This record gives sequence, structure tokens and C-alpha cells, in this order.
Amino acid sequence: MSRSYLRRRWTDRLVAGVTFLCAVAVLTPLFLILFFLARTGVGALNLDFFTHLPGAAGEPGGGMANAIAGTLLLVGLAALLGVPVGVLGGTFLAEYPTSRLAGVVRLLADVMNGVPSIVMGLFAYTILVLPLRHFSAAAGGLALGIMLIPTVMRTTEEIVRLVPQSVREASLALGIPQWRTLLRVVLPTAAGGIVAGIMVGLARIAGETAPLLFTALGNRFWNWDPLQPIAALPLQIFAYAVSPFEDWHRQAWAGALVLVSLVLGINIATRAAAARQVKLR
Amino acid sequence: MPDTTQAGVAVTADAAVLIDHAAGIEAQDVHAWFDRLHVLRGVFMTIAPRRVTAIIGPSGCGKSTFLRCLNRMHELVPGARSSGRVLMDGDDIYAPGVDPVQVRRRVGMVFQKPNPFPTMSIYDNAAAGLRLAGERDRRVLDETVERSLRAAALWDEVKDRLGRPGTSLSGGQQQRLCIARALAVSPEVLLMDEPASALDPAATLRIEELARELARQLTIVIVTHNMQQAARVSDVTGFILDGELVEVGTTDQIFTRPRDRRTEDYITGRFG
Repeated sequence: MSRSYLRRRWTDRLVAGVTFLCAVAVLTPLFLILFFLARTGVGALNLDFFTHLPGAAGEPGGGMANAIAGTLLLVGLAALLGVPVGVLGGTFLAEYPTSRLAGVVRLLADVMNGVPSIVMGLFAYTILVLPLRHFSAAAGGLALGIMLIPTVMRTTEEIVRLVPQSVREASLALGIPQWRTLLRVVLPTAAGGIVAGIMVGLARIAGETAPLLFTALGNRFWNWDPLQPIAALPLQIFAYAVSPFEDWHRQAWAGALVLVSLVLGINIATRAAAARQVKLR
Repeated sequence: MPDTTQAGVAVTADAAVLIDHAAGIEAQDVHAWFDRLHVLRGVFMTIAPRRVTAIIGPSGCGKSTFLRCLNRMHELVPGARSSGRVLMDGDDIYAPGVDPVQVRRRVGMVFQKPNPFPTMSIYDNAAAGLRLAGERDRRVLDETVERSLRAAALWDEVKDRLGRPGTSLSGGQQQRLCIARALAVSPEVLLMDEPASALDPAATLRIEELARELARQLTIVIVTHNMQQAARVSDVTGFILDGELVEVGTTDQIFTRPRDRRTEDYITGRFG
């Protein structure tokens, strides 16, 4: 065997080894977090945790049922704002990529993506909480919804752009107007990817804490009124984690475990669905 | 030219119900541009109803662009422009106030690569044109789907699996599905842009036979870079070179006694 061949082979192995180690280094923190969460959180997980309101301060027992429901409601409110604006905006970016407005919108979306989440909270505080004079689920939903827009918009843009030009032409050549082509042919073709983008975006905002601090505020009781303060898992975790009570600490771990499982579950489900769809094609 | 087979007769009968009128086309001084690129330089051409007219020419000569000027698809490409008049039964489809969407309803098109709607079943593909135009009556849809699939010589192969995705069919079947989809909206003209170039020889032959059959009811314009195909399928052939219509005549005349030297060079394979 020639020397150059041996050298190439060893270089190849070395590079493969280094990239493998890097991949492990990236994944280690994730698995450590999951491991610690599972170990410390699982102990406090029981049926009460999912069905009961928080107990009185310092008293053991009680659960986070209202916070879990609150998070779902907040995410729903956010979707109400973020999904239509994001999907339609992304479609616009994909269909009119050269218009000057598209350039501006794209830039703003990228900037928005980089804005610290607490600033989104401040914004919602200024336009909803201050005028209405009290904290509310709607304000929390607004803050999260605004955070959702750029994510949904950019993924929608990418996916809609992947729809082959030939599909659009097929529709237009049938004498179907452009707007109908967009709604009935292009968007359905892109639907799988758009839904995946929405789910990943929702999973991301479900865990946000900062934008909720002075919008949704948190609530120790049930609330379904969008104009009243509402509990949310991240807020509850924060409140319990900084409390002096041992039992609440354990519940905070359990809450974190539930939250992470929720986010992870959505991501995995979305990926599995996307993979299946690719196979079907 | 293939004889009229048993299947051929059936195709014609179904196409006859769908197509109530075939239009003639008159292109007058048609120019087309992509940004600054002048790809069509004043084409005059008469396309007779109920004939297959082939347009041949080397790659990039402007033949597809000319086709796309006949149903106002050319203008959809960013930066594309055109001028001149295209008369359908005497009326200019580029006249002010004419809605390109209405023009495309009258002029069907089949593309180079089969492009059934990927999210739709075979049935939904065939019904797409009617449905998106607002037709809701299930009976009308069922009937038109069957008729157009028969007219495209596809019905017998798919009648038991109309609910399967259109993309589950073979390439040749997909292309016939696209033809059915175009026929379902009762066009007056069918434009075919190299409809067989992505297909194997057997599928190609079926498309060609189909074009011949349909020409009994419908005006067909087919663009091809395959000269044998033009010779097999068409009644009239036009030769485009560098954006100009060099020569047009009966297919027989173009292939046996071309008048222009450039036509002769092209069909004898000296270039292109």
C-alpha cells in the first residue's frame, strides 16, 4: 500500500473522529439536562400535579393544572395572531420575492427574530397592559404571537418557494386566477412543511418566560378570561424555583420536565410527520 | 399517421362532447422579450382549427415562447414582455380589457414535464379546472371527469383507482392525466410544449396518437425538437430559427420539399 494512501486513510479517520466528538459535545448538555430533569422532576409528578391548583404557600401538595392549561391557552392566543400573519406574510415573500416591500419585510423579520424576548413583553405591556390597566392573558398572547411571526414567516417562505413553478403554471394555464392558484394549489402543496414550521414555532414560544413576566403575570387560580392574568408553566416554574419551600422546588423541577417533554414531543412528532410525508412523495 | 382504432373512435366521441368549438389562431407580428433579450422577432402565422400544427426548431429558438404567447403565459415570467396581435377567431387576445385568465380558459396547455397537482387524486386533478372555476355539482363533475379521462385515453387504466394520488401514475399516464385536466374545461385550442420529451418511446407514441385523435375536435399546436415526431403527428409544420418563423407549410411539404435553405439544413440534421 502506498504511503499517500495510508496518509489519506488516517486523515480521513482523524477528521471523522473529530466531527464525531464535536457532535457528542453538542448533544451532551441536552442529554444531561434531560437526565437531571427526569431524575429530579419525576419524583414530584403525580396525578395531583396535572389536576390540582397550587397549594397554599409552604403547604405540601397541590399541582400546576392551571399553569398547564394557561400555557396552552397562551400558545393558542399567540397562534391566533402569529399563524395567519406569518403564513400570509411568508407567502407574500415567496410569491413576490423581488418587490421592494418584500426586502424590507424580510429584513424586519430577521431583526425581530433577534430582538430579546423581554422586549416583546415590554411592547405588549405598553400597548395592552398600560391602557387596560391590568395584566392579561391577551397581553401574554400578543407578546408570544409577535415572537411567533418571524419564525412562521421565514419557514413558510422557504417552503412555498420549494413548490415547483410547474405546479403554479399548471394551475394558471387552466385559467385559474393567481389568488386562487395560491390558495387552492400552492398553499395546499406546501401545507405539510408550513404546519411543521408552525409547530416548531409554537414549541419555541411555549417555553418563553420573559415576555410573560409583566403581561400574563401568573395566577394561582383557574382563569379562562383573556382579559385577566393567567398562569403559565414557565412563570410557575420561576415562582416556585425562587421560593423558600422544598416541596415547591420539587414541583418546579416537575414543571420543567413537563414543559421540556411538551416541547420535545412537539418537535419529534413534527419531524416524524414530515419524514412520513417525504416518503409518500 | 395511425389508423382510427376502436379506442380511437371512443376517444373522439368523448372529446366531441367536451369540445363544442375549435378556434383558429392568427399570430400577427408577435414579438417577445425576456428583459432585454429579444427572443421572438415578428412572427406571422395562421393556425387552422382542427389540425395539428407542429412548431420545430433548435433549442432556444423561441418556439416555446411563441407557444406561451398564444395563451398569455409568457407574460407571467418576471421581466417578460410581448407585442403584436394574436387573433382567436378574429378577436385579439391582447386587446385592452381582455382578461388573460379568460384566455387561458379557452386555450389549454400541456407542459414538457408532466405536472399533475401533487396534493390531488387522479379524480381531483381531472376535476381541478371545473372545481376551481366554481363547479360544485357532483354529477357534473363525475361526468366530466370520466369523459375527459376517456378523451385522454386514460379511463380504462385508472377507473378503479380514481382516489389515488395523481403522482402515483407512470410518467406517460401522468401526461395523459394532464391532457385530461386540460380537456375537462372544454378548451378551444390545446397547446403542447414538448409533451413527450420526458417520456419513453411507447408513452410518446400514445401521446402522439392522442394528439391526432383530439385534432378531430380541437385545434392543436405542438412544439417539439423531435422532427420525426413533427412528421408523424402534424398536418402543418412551422420552422422557427433565432426567433423568426423561417418557413411554414404542410408537414409533407416542409419535410420533402423545404423552400428555405435553412429549413433544409435543419431537417437534414446539419445543425440543431
